[in-house]
Amino acid sequence: MIIGIDVGGTHTDAVLLEALQIKKKAKVLTNQENLIESLTAVTKEIFSGEDPGDIERIVLSTTISTNAIVQGKTDRVGMILASGPGLPPEMLRIGKDTHFISGYVNHRGIRVAGTDSGEVAGIADLFERENIGHVGIVGKFSTRNPGLETEIGDIIGGRFRHRSFGHLMSGNLNFPRRIATTYLNAAIWDTYSTFVKNVMDYVGHMRITAPVYILKADGGTSKISQSVGYPVGSILSGPAASIMGILSLTDGREDAIALDIGGTTTDISIFADGVPLLEPLGVTIGGHKTLIRGLLTRSIGVGGDSRVGYEDGEFTIGPERNGPAAAFGGPSPTPTDAMIVLGLTDIGDGGKALKAIQEMASLANRSPDETAQEIFDLTCRKILSAAGEMLGEINDKPVYTVHEILEGKKVTPTVVYIVGGPAGPMAPYIEKMGGYPSCVPEHAEVANAIGAALARTTTEVTLLADTEKGEVTIAEEGIQASISRGFSHQDAMDLCEETLRKRALRMGAREDDLDMEIIEDQTFNMVRGMGSMAGKNIRIKAQVKPGLIAGFKQEASDVRQ
Amino acid sequence: MSDSKKRTGLIFFPAFDWAISPTHPEREERLLYTQDQVFEEGLLDLDNIIEFKPGLATTEDINRIHICVPDAHSVITQSHLISAGGAITAAEKVMQKEVDNAFALVRPPGHHAMRIVHGARGFCNINIEAIMIEYIRHTYGHKRVAIVDTDCHHGDGSQDIFWHDPDTLFISIHQDGRTLYPGSGFSDEFGGPNALGYTINVPLPPGTSDEGFLFTLDNLILPILDEFKPDLVINSAGQDNHYSDPLTDMSFSAQGYALLNDRLAPDIAVLEGGYSIESALPYVNVGIILAMAGIDYSHVTEPDYRPETIRQTPQTSRHIEQQVAAIYDLWKGRAPRRAALVKGKEWLHRDRGIFYDTDMISEHQEETVRICDECGGLITIASEASTGNRIFAVIVPGRGCPACRKKGEEIFETTGKGSYQYIYFQDRDRDIFLVK
Repeated sequence: MIIGIDVGGTHTDAVLLEALQIKKKAKVLTNQENLIESLTAVTKEIFSGEDPGDIERIVLSTTISTNAIVQGKTDRVGMILASGPGLPPEMLRIGKDTHFISGYVNHRGIRVAGTDSGEVAGIADLFERENIGHVGIVGKFSTRNPGLETEIGDIIGGRFRHRSFGHLMSGNLNFPRRIATTYLNAAIWDTYSTFVKNVMDYVGHMRITAPVYILKADGGTSKISQSVGYPVGSILSGPAASIMGILSLTDGREDAIALDIGGTTTDISIFADGVPLLEPLGVTIGGHKTLIRGLLTRSIGVGGDSRVGYEDGEFTIGPERNGPAAAFGGPSPTPTDAMIVLGLTDIGDGGKALKAIQEMASLANRSPDETAQEIFDLTCRKILSAAGEMLGEINDKPVYTVHEILEGKKVTPTVVYIVGGPAGPMAPYIEKMGGYPSCVPEHAEVANAIGAALARTTTEVTLLADTEKGEVTIAEEGIQASISRGFSHQDAMDLCEETLRKRALRMGAREDDLDMEIIEDQTFNMVRGMGSMAGKNIRIKAQVKPGLIAGFKQEASDVRQ
Repeated sequence: MSDSKKRTGLIFFPAFDWAISPTHPEREERLLYTQDQVFEEGLLDLDNIIEFKPGLATTEDINRIHICVPDAHSVITQSHLISAGGAITAAEKVMQKEVDNAFALVRPPGHHAMRIVHGARGFCNINIEAIMIEYIRHTYGHKRVAIVDTDCHHGDGSQDIFWHDPDTLFISIHQDGRTLYPGSGFSDEFGGPNALGYTINVPLPPGTSDEGFLFTLDNLILPILDEFKPDLVINSAGQDNHYSDPLTDMSFSAQGYALLNDRLAPDIAVLEGGYSIESALPYVNVGIILAMAGIDYSHVTEPDYRPETIRQTPQTSRHIEQQVAAIYDLWKGRAPRRAALVKGKEWLHRDRGIFYDTDMISEHQEETVRICDECGGLITIASEASTGNRIFAVIVPGRGCPACRKKGEEIFETTGKGSYQYIYFQDRDRDIFLVK
């Protein structure tokens, strides 16, 4: 049996899957002040009468990290930046405790200026005097040479509660994002560690021995014990759970658009060949652009409860929500009221819905039916046009080889998956307007919990081999090793895959779920002096891509049927 | 530096799968470290720097300005269509006002490609700036354009293409042609008879540092631009004046390049040469991008930058000052010089040899231009190359006057093929390109 739990903003949902069928569902209100309480409540409900020994795994999707960041419940972090030449320090500062040091590494990972241990120790002393317990250490190009960051870490020693290192956050290049990611990681480390400890205490108390996993922003899972060092990985798991839920309730292998139409917003995501697309560099949270691997979603302020207005001869939808639909006692007309008037759904108080639409109709000097139809059309159109824009951006993403430009690979959706309250009434219209067949999966009300339950462990590694320098680095793993001049592309490929495999297994992947994929693979001849071949620069990035744990795809579609 | 931010478009196309040959300076690796630096600085995350995917230039875009022998497709690769297309995309974004300025950080380069193309010279096959400029005029109507070519090598291709065009001011600053390829670009190369003064060459002595470049900018280029009043300023942004460039002997720095772009404020910059791929390009390009975007670039310095060790000598400074004064006088006196040159003449001829170092082709050209006060003048070119190709071309200039056009049509009609393999007729105003 597998338990999937999604701690959402309003509700906490749980499902118990047995032989891959939904055996039980449960829903409780989320207590934002005490997430553990919501967890225990929902688990108790779903767990009653079950034998703890039958549980194979538990997967949690939780808002703990997201809330800490968005609500600013973070710890003070002392930042030490080795920035070198480039953007002015003022543009890199994150919080008042940011300090710049003189050492730095260049684009090839060559240390241009060494660390001044006196300078670093001075900053550490200052942090200590200020009672700062969490430190972030970030160097420009540290993914190319983690040595400088670890050396700084050694100088400041173990006198702080926690140290986060930039190179461990991601193998991608982007110094400002690396700074933000490291900062956030250190800032929520305490909150997250405490949460994990509480979860583990509870699990122990329940005598569950099955592994506990946490859902990450990229739609993959990690053993909760392994996630402690990288708490920012668990942010934005809600949207990720929703996308993985859609994946589990459909059995698509095609390019697709997924719409999660809620009360306030609609979340849009895109699948290519049945695999959800990732943000190219990392997700944005609380105004911070980060290197945190995450599924690509766009949220627009159009939902069932969006406020409908009438300005300059035209109806407007959202982006704000003034409360529930008029049919449920809300203050203004909404797309939901329009759907009620059009007879597309019979929820709520039809009289109240009609009254609200009538007011709007008299403003616009149209019949209530016309008005409802226009509001409904506009709602569908806005959602589709946002999805179209998102596709346009994906398909216009710059590429850097002649081959890719000429090949011009594009995502061309052949189906649109729709979940959320208004999914049923809207699907036929979105299908007609957008020209895509639509699909409204069943059990969508617990899609997030199912998505969490069935998500496989994902991760990525980034290898750079520079045979002229005689060094290979895999930043995420802190690997920096000597290689011979003869180190080949095949050697690099083997090392990359082996490292990815070990990393994924350590994070809790099962052998069956190691669906590995090379996502970047480039080799450059390095020529120096007057045309002499000096070495090779090999760049490989590999991932275990987001998807469902093996053996569940078929059964998941049975669930749907 | 200017304190206001601008919206800057970046068209980045490093052509990671294209090289002239595996160890050639124009190889896959050339913009690798530039990419790394631009990505690591996070420049594409800044609100006012927007990256665009390059479009593809078309044969029509090429034929508007070049005569390719025997045809465009025989002298280019797909990569050339993308780099020219990248320059056009940069122009489009500026002309459509999506951005305030744009930088086409693309390869392969183009400024050694002349009007007639028998093959590649100076790593260039087609002139991506010239193609872009004529695309702008074709799409958005007539524009006065100034090209400031800051590549270390004389931009002889762009000079050739705009030699007779009084609406295009071409200014090249470069290492003295007596010491560097292509061996031209002296101050007496001053434009054709109908456009005298609209080609300006400033050869600088080897060892010229930031000081000398910026002096030339402030005391010659900017004053001339003020008088020319261009609708668009294009920087042909070669980066091989850098002190670490392996092919040249100058002492320009990343700070110098950034300052130059800040003061010149080009509408569009297009990458040309620059082969210090590891020590210079990452810093120079970040400096140019920040300067164009109006962001503080004062921290963009090469790791080994020691201005005092590369500063130009006092003799160099004196030489540059004298030269700048002399060239400014030439510019001021361009009208009487032209009057004297064309007095009583109906046609003017020039004969010259052109060498294609990249493809090892020699060409001999006889060029004739009609003296005209109304337009750039009708041009005919007879060209013979060591490939065995012999061609004749009739070129009606942009904004050509009726008399030049009529004369051109007559000549094209009446010239028999004789020993020529091809005879071309180009009339870009009407987008006509004929071959017989």
